[in-house]
Amino acid sequence: MANEMATRLAYGEALVELGRRDQRVVVLDADLSGSTKTDLFAREFPQRFFNMGVAEQNMMAVAAGLAHAGKLPFASTFAIFAAGRAWEVVRQSIAYSAANVKIVASHGGVTVGPDGGSHQAIEDLALMRVLPNMVVIVPADGVEMKKVVETVAQVQGPCYVRGGRIKSPVIFEETYQFRIGKGVCLRQGKDVTLAACGLMVHQALAAAEWLAKERISAEVLNLSTIKPLDEDLLCQSAAKTGCVVTCEEHLVNGGLGGACAEALGERLPVPLERIGVRDTFGISGRPDELLEYFGLTPADIAAAAVRVMSRK
Amino acid sequence: MAQVESRMLDPREELPGLVELARQARVDVLKMLNRAGSGHTGGSLSAVDILVALFFGHMRLKADDPCWRMRDRFVLSKGHAAPALYAVLAKLGYLRPDDLMTLRQVNSCLQGHPDAKMCTGVECSTGSLGQGLGMALGLALGMRLDKLSSRVYALLGDGEMQEGMVWEAAMAAAHYRAANLTAICDNNGLQIDGRVAEVMNVEPLGAKWRAFGWNALEVDGHDMEAIVSALQTAAAHEAGPSIIIARTVKGKGVSLFENRASSHGVAPSDHELKVALRELGEVPLG
Repeated sequence: MANEMATRLAYGEALVELGRRDQRVVVLDADLSGSTKTDLFAREFPQRFFNMGVAEQNMMAVAAGLAHAGKLPFASTFAIFAAGRAWEVVRQSIAYSAANVKIVASHGGVTVGPDGGSHQAIEDLALMRVLPNMVVIVPADGVEMKKVVETVAQVQGPCYVRGGRIKSPVIFEETYQFRIGKGVCLRQGKDVTLAACGLMVHQALAAAEWLAKERISAEVLNLSTIKPLDEDLLCQSAAKTGCVVTCEEHLVNGGLGGACAEALGERLPVPLERIGVRDTFGISGRPDELLEYFGLTPADIAAAAVRVMSRK
Repeated sequence: MAQVESRMLDPREELPGLVELARQARVDVLKMLNRAGSGHTGGSLSAVDILVALFFGHMRLKADDPCWRMRDRFVLSKGHAAPALYAVLAKLGYLRPDDLMTLRQVNSCLQGHPDAKMCTGVECSTGSLGQGLGMALGLALGMRLDKLSSRVYALLGDGEMQEGMVWEAAMAAAHYRAANLTAICDNNGLQIDGRVAEVMNVEPLGAKWRAFGWNALEVDGHDMEAIVSALQTAAAHEAGPSIIIARTVKGKGVSLFENRASSHGVAPSDHELKVALRELGEVPLG
């Protein structure tokens, strides 16, 4: 059994380490610090932690102000509130002025589970991806989340990083080096490209195993940076395999699937299938049940691979 | 121009100078809006005296160093009054007088609403109402962490106080006892669709802000001495944030525009400009 860790916990731990090294780091939360794991930072650095209460919009504006004062603010809440509730404040006060604010949201996707559709952000990547100046990242596991936190702290400008609620298998070694805008090929193949982000990377790897038994050679890409997308890696892979399946815990519109469709449409039109939620909201249930309900399992990815290959 | 080297002016000495600066700023506002052909006349004119009192009668700034680390910060939360801010920044020397006549043009540093990336002296980009106070609070908290004695000022409109976010920021500023933050309300009583009291009443403003834990002062927003004095009183209040509710007249200084909601988003025509400049005592050119 692989080692497992929730990306939100990795975030909380990385933030504490970063806070020890960098006095500029300040953290804001909107009454969800126990869930987003910013409580770890709050305990160690109470002076540099600001609980803004249940007021996500103001949290984003205050974060922008702290950035203008030379601080390095990390603002956290659930993805639906960070990207949805506060969207226009993020646009005006953060993205528009390229403020150095790092929005790290937890509870992305349907694996939020029993809380239901109101709390399952399936549109956050689309909302953040359309904003000029905004970098959008969905780490695949806890190791990548830690590397992402270290990396975004070193670049100037706004970033949106999405984490998940549930534990997921650790894919990367501690020596892994994350670079913004650079995807990683996790498994070489020649018949079909599986491009994934977040915990769907693990699902895509499992699908590739399943496909291998059917003598189908699948290449698996971790495209954790949704914006700017690693179009070169995507197109190199698509040129080799001739078809692509995108896999994300998000609507098929506007997120990774949308970004890949745009890039391939402009640069290398090949048959494409998108695994994701299709024009509906989430529902309550266990995360594993919901992955099945919304067609986000390795079996669903493998079936899409077979479909897309038949269209070559 | 008054020297603005990290000092507080004595309003009794400087008062005539401040009043004249405000007159000149109104002239600039009208000229640049006329040239631009669009923009917000009424709410710019109502804010002119407040801005002049702040920038020339109160704030710690250096004319030769807009990015001085110890400077006081100003956030124009009612971003549509940008022309008034630009006029003041030009008087400070942060902008060239020529820049003013490029307002709202392609590639101008003077965007329709203040853009911090493009315009020296603009601390935060604003324009979407309700967000400036939160940003000002962030600045105040950041400077307090750095143990800077700088203060932060935010100018809001009264119509703007219909935005829920203003009250999120009000709550947070009191909670964090941000004594280095002063808000000013340009209380001109009018908004685009009519009287604030009729569109969506925000009064009683003083009682509301006091209930939110703020030190609230109320002044005539066109009485230069009263504004400067209120700014000093607010700065001396150490228990938490202060707000100065400045009773103003929309379109102040130009009878064509005074107290008219219709002056909110319309620039003066050539004829209106001529009449207005005459009323402001500006000698006509030729």
